[in-house]
Amino acid sequence: MTLNIKNLTGGYATVPIIHNVSLTVEPGEWLSLVGANGSGKSTLLKLISRILTPQKGTVLLDGKVIHTQSAVEVAQKMALLPQQQTVPSGLTVYQLVALGRTPHQPWWKWELDTEDKIQVEKAISSVNIERFSQRPVEQLSGGERQRAFLALALAQNPQVILLDEPTTYLDIRYQLQLLELMKKLNQEQGLTIITVLHELNFAARYSHRLAMLKNGSIWALGKTDNVMTPENISQVFGLEVAIMNTPIGKQICPIAAIESDDKK
Amino acid sequence: MTVKSICINLLGISISKLSKKRMQLIGTVRKTWLSNRLFVAIFLLGMAVIVTLALSLSQGAVPLSLEEIWQALLHQGDPVKQTILWDLRMPRIAAAMLVGAGLGMSGALLQGMLRNSLADPFILGISAGAGLVAIAMIVLQVFVAWIPLAAWGGAIVTTGIVIFLGRSAGGISVEKLILGGVAVSSLFASIQSVLLLIAEDGQVQLALNWLVGSLNGRGWTQVQMAAPYMIVGLIAGCLLARSVNVLSLGDDLAVSLGISLTRSRLLIGAVATLLAAGAVSVAGLIGFVGLVVPHGVRMLVGTDNRLCLPFSAVAGAWLLTFADLLSRLGAVELPVGAITALLGSPMFIWLLYSGVKKV
Repeated sequence: MTLNIKNLTGGYATVPIIHNVSLTVEPGEWLSLVGANGSGKSTLLKLISRILTPQKGTVLLDGKVIHTQSAVEVAQKMALLPQQQTVPSGLTVYQLVALGRTPHQPWWKWELDTEDKIQVEKAISSVNIERFSQRPVEQLSGGERQRAFLALALAQNPQVILLDEPTTYLDIRYQLQLLELMKKLNQEQGLTIITVLHELNFAARYSHRLAMLKNGSIWALGKTDNVMTPENISQVFGLEVAIMNTPIGKQICPIAAIESDDKK
Repeated sequence: MTVKSICINLLGISISKLSKKRMQLIGTVRKTWLSNRLFVAIFLLGMAVIVTLALSLSQGAVPLSLEEIWQALLHQGDPVKQTILWDLRMPRIAAAMLVGAGLGMSGALLQGMLRNSLADPFILGISAGAGLVAIAMIVLQVFVAWIPLAAWGGAIVTTGIVIFLGRSAGGISVEKLILGGVAVSSLFASIQSVLLLIAEDGQVQLALNWLVGSLNGRGWTQVQMAAPYMIVGLIAGCLLARSVNVLSLGDDLAVSLGISLTRSRLLIGAVATLLAAGAVSVAGLIGFVGLVVPHGVRMLVGTDNRLCLPFSAVAGAWLLTFADLLSRLGAVELPVGAITALLGSPMFIWLLYSGVKKV
């Protein structure tokens, strides 16, 4: 289940934000998209998740162009955890996760069948929210709600999962819990993960590969250890950093902002 | 001790005993309610519909007893009573149920699709278009007999305009739809006002009757005209329940789950328009049913549209039949739209205070 992005140009309305981006995501890989605000990382994710249509170039999943393929077929392979979540009032966690089975249910099917129920329960238990399954989603805390929506994405039984800034609205403990959970799913189920992350240290710790974006193009792409260098970070983020070696791998310590013209 | 005082005492004792039993009954009902909302909802609604139907058939200018109703149903007994039942009461009740169901489901569909709990069936400009056409025809005195059909056409065309205004880069935008509906409604309402100002007195009365909504004089012809496509619309609406459920999660997730935003919004909008336009063509602009019924239903059975949509249809049918019954009880028959507004406003205020659920 390889994701191929070829010469992708696109954005909102007519102005392109992403210019000629090409990259390949191998099955079972964790790729993080990082960059400064406005670099286009969220736009790139939206182009991949089909919320936006590309102006030029293609995105191929398993060799098929996703924007022309049947939406339901793509939904069976690729899922999204959006940044902001709208919760209909009164919906319980079980009902929310059950909606994740939509791509697998033909339009005339009214209820969940046995297979659907198994998948829903598996998704709920893999994110450890069984004890909330009958509670309305709006009554959950931020971290629990995030996990409920993650369970919805997992109920689609995807092979690729896209996470749009999953940690932005969580406190640090929940941030870690979520990312550890994703790591477990990546290792145990071979789930391909593409995340947009603001926190460079989490990106450094969890991703296999890193794509640094600047002004809508890829500045650096490769294994995390190779890409996460002070030179790259100063070019992309305008930040002077020191790289520390810690028991959990390389971590970044921001030192000072660079006053320069590069970061435009 | 007089007979009267003995009776009063006995009554008092039996009432107190009854009230104890009543408290126990309420306790059991509460427990059953919390554990099985659906069956309680079906039961309550079913009872309400049966009782209202029976009352509607019997009450009116000429009251009919249950036995007379039964006889007339079997085409026996007094031919006048048979005519009253078959040609006056039954078509009127059928119209009320059809229109009420259409309005209830249309409101529920639009509230779900637009993710806005203040949406009603007329938000997409249906009332503006239908009203304008009807008033224009009344004031200019052209083809008055064709008003229902013309109003239906006006509603459809206006909704088409509003949907056209709601287009955005990615398809159809919910915010633009609502704004477009408001803009078009305002424009058409002002034209309606101008037309009413230049109209004659009798015409104004006729126009107002139509604007407020009335089931007076609705017979089998009107029902037969609207029933086929209204029933199709009601069934189609139920089938769209799952789409509405997914749309309520927001655009991003809906796309990710494989729903085509444009196609499903067009489909849901079309069905809602069909139902509302059909309702308007039969009975004029009856307000509040489409707005309040889905809220009440959501409090009863929750927000899952697979339950909410069909229940909104049934509850809407009941509410309008009930309102029509009330409108016929007074010395002067009031237009049913006035009754729904009188019932609907306090109900709506009560809903607001008891915490309106977000869609």
